[in-house]
Amino acid sequence: MSKPKVTFYWCASCGGCEETVVDLAEGVLDVVAAVDIVLWPVALDFKYKDIEAMADKSIAVSFINGAVRTSEQEHICKLLRQKSQLVVSFGSCAGSGGIPALANLTNKQDIFTTVYLDNPSLDNKEKKVPKELSREGKYDLTLPSFYDTVYKLDDIIEVDYYLPGCPPTPELIAQAVGAILKNQLPPKGTILSPNKALCSSCKLNDSKPEDIAIKEIKRVIDIKLDPSKCYLAQGVVCMGPATRDGCGVSCINGNMPCTGCFGPTDSVKDQGAEMISALGGIIDADSSEQLNKCFARLPDPAGTFYRYGMSASLLGSKNKKE
Amino acid sequence: MTTEFNPKIVAFVCNWCSYAGADKAGGQRLDYAHNVELIRVMCSGRVTPSFVMEAFEKGADGVMVLGCHPGDCHYRTGNYKAKRRFTLFQKMLSQFGVDPRRFKLDWVAAGEGAKFQKVSNEITEEVKKLGPLKLTGFVKERGNDL
Repeated sequence: MSKPKVTFYWCASCGGCEETVVDLAEGVLDVVAAVDIVLWPVALDFKYKDIEAMADKSIAVSFINGAVRTSEQEHICKLLRQKSQLVVSFGSCAGSGGIPALANLTNKQDIFTTVYLDNPSLDNKEKKVPKELSREGKYDLTLPSFYDTVYKLDDIIEVDYYLPGCPPTPELIAQAVGAILKNQLPPKGTILSPNKALCSSCKLNDSKPEDIAIKEIKRVIDIKLDPSKCYLAQGVVCMGPATRDGCGVSCINGNMPCTGCFGPTDSVKDQGAEMISALGGIIDADSSEQLNKCFARLPDPAGTFYRYGMSASLLGSKNKKE
Repeated sequence: MTTEFNPKIVAFVCNWCSYAGADKAGGQRLDYAHNVELIRVMCSGRVTPSFVMEAFEKGADGVMVLGCHPGDCHYRTGNYKAKRRFTLFQKMLSQFGVDPRRFKLDWVAAGEGAKFQKVSNEITEEVKKLGPLKLTGFVKERGNDL
């Protein structure tokens, strides 16, 4: 019997998700022995036309990481969906936009102006910006089009399973791959990570006082964090209450607060709204003056509460037609 | 012919003070903008920012959360929690390109029919000036570029 065919594809991502596959260490050899990788742009040289030539549904699983922001990414995602039995959204960017989706607070034009025209370090006297079509002698050169909005994968195609995290941990990946190979899969649409809040696994949970009362929100650079005391009780925004468990509490074990990369649990519609709700319950300031002081060191609420989830926010991007 | 823009305003009103305040406005036959649609909740402290976002998502042009005056909350501190949450929420709204004037948190006591009338009319006028809210680049509406 031939081995199941697998693809790894990346859209708008940093490469960390590819790195975490390599972090399976010798476990990756078991995976490679069990499957036949037919597309993995970051590591192996296969061509899109090889995929196009395959029969529909002939790929067992496609693991797609990264958010979707160009027409090329959209095209390949749709192609892989057509050729695959299962599509697994791999990592925060594919799941909810991730860091690239912070660009949804601005738009294509502003991004291009900053990146190609306004940056102080630029040397672009001819004011050149990339074009989708340009002529070079007798050749037409094309680039994929760049969207105004950064989309999560399931805005573009149907997704069967989600592996959350920036990046997903090797343990979760190994579990997911094992479940697929043994055909022991949960219901379609499942996020393959425990459905409870991170605080439930946090070692600092026992140190949390009965009532937290934050007078002033602090940034990590403002104080020296006590590694034995709940970070929220120290006044630092830790996304634990609004974030799904499954990462092994690695940031907190490294003496940094959670930034929310696993996204919310199933019962939560909007991660940022949930975190604002949680903070509202533990802030100890009442007058407008006190509240302004309390939030003074929180200059970017949207970027803090949706660091990995802007594409999944109920409010969408900034590109409103007001 | 151009028709006047009639905004949709959703108001979350607490059971103990503000809903009674709205009822009072009705009892006193005070006219208030018909654009305001009430959703009764037990306490303004029960209203999470996701309710407000969902109202915007489903087509509201403006949203109000009305609760008891500070010190008067039936559950003692629900309205304080609402104030903490929505101060932060309002700070975030403009980052998403939503004019913060589309949202209002205020206190209306059970006897304040006239105040209910005033805040309802004020937000309706304000939102009329701002025009309709259209969320794009958005999960369901798909933005312009797909």
